[in-house]
Amino acid sequence: MSSFIEIVYFAAAVIFIVGLKKMSSPVTAREGIVWAGYAMVAATAVTFLSPAVYGHGFNLLLIVIAIGIGSYVAYRSAKRVEMTDMPQMIAIYNGMGGGAAAAIAAVELVRFADGHDIGGGTVQVLAVLGALIGAVSFSGSAVAYAKLQGLMNKTLRLPSHQALNIALFVVTVLFGSILALSGEVSGFTVFLFFLCALVLGIMVTLPIGGADMPVVISLFNALTGLAVAFEGYLLGNAAMIIAGTVVGSSGTLLTQLMAKAMNRPISNILFSSFGSAGGTGEEEDIAGTMKEIEASDAAVTMAYAEKVIIIPGYGMAVAQAQHKLAELVQLLEDRGVTVKFAIHPVAGRMPGHMNVLLAEAGIDYDKIYDLDEINPEFPTADVALVIGANDVVNPVARTNPDSPIYGMPILDADKAKNCIVIKRGKGSGFSGIENHLFYADNTRMLYGDAQKAIGELIAGVKQL
Amino acid sequence: MIEGFTALYIFMLAAFTGYEVISRVPVILHTPLMSGSNFIHGIVLVGAMVTLGHAETGLQMLIGFVGVILAAGNAVGGYVATERMLEMFDRSKSKGGA
Repeated sequence: MSSFIEIVYFAAAVIFIVGLKKMSSPVTAREGIVWAGYAMVAATAVTFLSPAVYGHGFNLLLIVIAIGIGSYVAYRSAKRVEMTDMPQMIAIYNGMGGGAAAAIAAVELVRFADGHDIGGGTVQVLAVLGALIGAVSFSGSAVAYAKLQGLMNKTLRLPSHQALNIALFVVTVLFGSILALSGEVSGFTVFLFFLCALVLGIMVTLPIGGADMPVVISLFNALTGLAVAFEGYLLGNAAMIIAGTVVGSSGTLLTQLMAKAMNRPISNILFSSFGSAGGTGEEEDIAGTMKEIEASDAAVTMAYAEKVIIIPGYGMAVAQAQHKLAELVQLLEDRGVTVKFAIHPVAGRMPGHMNVLLAEAGIDYDKIYDLDEINPEFPTADVALVIGANDVVNPVARTNPDSPIYGMPILDADKAKNCIVIKRGKGSGFSGIENHLFYADNTRMLYGDAQKAIGELIAGVKQL
Repeated sequence: MIEGFTALYIFMLAAFTGYEVISRVPVILHTPLMSGSNFIHGIVLVGAMVTLGHAETGLQMLIGFVGVILAAGNAVGGYVATERMLEMFDRSKSKGGA
């Protein structure tokens, strides 16, 4: 029986890797997740046959109940969540995985404290390491969720927060070392260790601003993978080791790609807060004024354009304007206007987030372009339509070395012949930096909620 | 139990595999992919089940129970979220009348 279980685990590990590979192309992506889903079901099913589970009547009942509760709650919430809120849902599911890895280690360590042999040596060290990572990922992801969901103050820094974190880290590692290296431990040490690790996760995540959160979530995702791999080693489960490590390394790469797209080294994100850097570039003179435009005039400009490039940002996502936008695009295309979408790597709250929203509205991904592909096209565009995006089109990133966002790659909306900006109010963006694009001669501002403004544009185009 | 060096080799090869598999992913799939890899570490459910299975005292059972709930949430939530996102990239379905 045990070799049958091993074979299924092996197959599951292979299918997970193939599934991830398939997820790297839009055409096969859906297949990839469905395959991985079958593998997960199979791996879970055969685990019921394993000697550690089968035959432990009461524990078996507990397992079934726990799976039932976890699945039901997660299924309901995942089905209901709006696409806009997806990033924080990913954070919460990821945190649950980290928590599960920590729980595995906790049970094993308590068993160890109760006098059981759990393997000793390397096994013990990795189990504790996995517990630390998993617990940090668990509480950190919970904070990330709370922040993105708006349940928590954006940034919170205690006095000498950094020193406090370091001290906490040292204490946690100290308790961890006791657990990992000694031959006999007490349940109380286990408790203190987990308490410290959980608080550490909260403390590390608290001062990080919402704009940097996707990178942090991605990092926690990679960390959870690693924790799962370590606990897999503890349990002698190859499927967990392989799947966990694959996620750990691919998640690390993904984190790097995101951080690179934001031009912020990972160490910067973790150890400084974005908002506090904003003061410098603000006071300088800005030439020109913001000029408003009526929706009907903007509609005319776009309807008679040859090429329109649309730059959607978080404002579009918040207003749930993607469906209206799809309608506007259809109208413009019926009039023979070429419409393209320019997506900044960090548009929305997470790389690719905007693409998901556009896909939800049925916009073909052939029309969607990356920063590098679309930037050379802006000088030939008649209209650049900026919807609820701000920092990603701010030309100071090119021109002002003092600006905190200097050097971040931006979309060159200012190079289009006309630029129309749909914006809710006159305030500055997430980073608090004034946007010089809004003051440019060829820029017109269309104030209002994105959904309402696009609705007016649609009405305007229809009247022509 | 997997021997020390064998485990090290597994770690090493799996790490390179993860890196290679992801390296050519277009930006548009980053969010679904993060969600997808999030689902894959839901395999922690298997470990949580084994752990709860051999739990003996009340405390062990309690922690194990919570662990299985969390792991199941990771796996199921991760799957449903990823599947919902990727469904939109499925051309035959998402196009509708457009």
